Amino acid sequence: MILCKVIGSIVSTIKHDSYRNKKIMLVRPISPDGKFKSGTMVAIDTVRAGEGDTVLVMSEGRSAMEILNFKQREPLRSLIIGVVDRIDTISSQHKK
Amino acid sequence: MKLGRIQGKVWATIKDPKLNNCTLYILQPVDENENPIGMAQVAVDTVSSREGDLVYWVGGAEATLPFPDRQIPSDVTIVGLVDRLDLKKL
Repeated sequence: MILCKVIGSIVSTIKHDSYRNKKIMLVRPISPDGKFKSGTMVAIDTVRAGEGDTVLVMSEGRSAMEILNFKQREPLRSLIIGVVDRIDTISSQHKK
Repeated sequence: MKLGRIQGKVWATIKDPKLNNCTLYILQPVDENENPIGMAQVAVDTVSSREGDLVYWVGGAEATLPFPDRQIPSDVTIVGLVDRLDLKKL
């Protein structure tokens, strides 16, 4: 799983059936201290995350199948599976 | 999954028979501001997209699974058309 920030959402009519009734968000990876990194991703929201939230993003097809209760594997792999409230790191403790 | 912009079409007469009836496109992965990320790829289309469209695509093992009855030998598969991007200024 990686840390990301939600930067937007996607409106999409024509899509694969496995994406039907899913909230499609745009997330960008961040470092633990909150700096943006490259590699914007499209992810399905499962935790009602909003734009601007720091989130946990998982990118693995088999786990996505388990979480979304698919009967078989589908062409969908990136999911938002958590909203991050706080990150404690050694460097952030040093700053205090 | 990632965003990409379709830049062109690839015609290949001789290919793996499992790829018959699949449209192949040149797909440039892009970020939210349409800056290219990495090299352009050849992608299998499953949503009747056209040249110039902004799409999202899936890579890896999941790219082989767009059809319920068969697997295709692909590592980049287009799975949706983007109608609109709503970006928040952060």
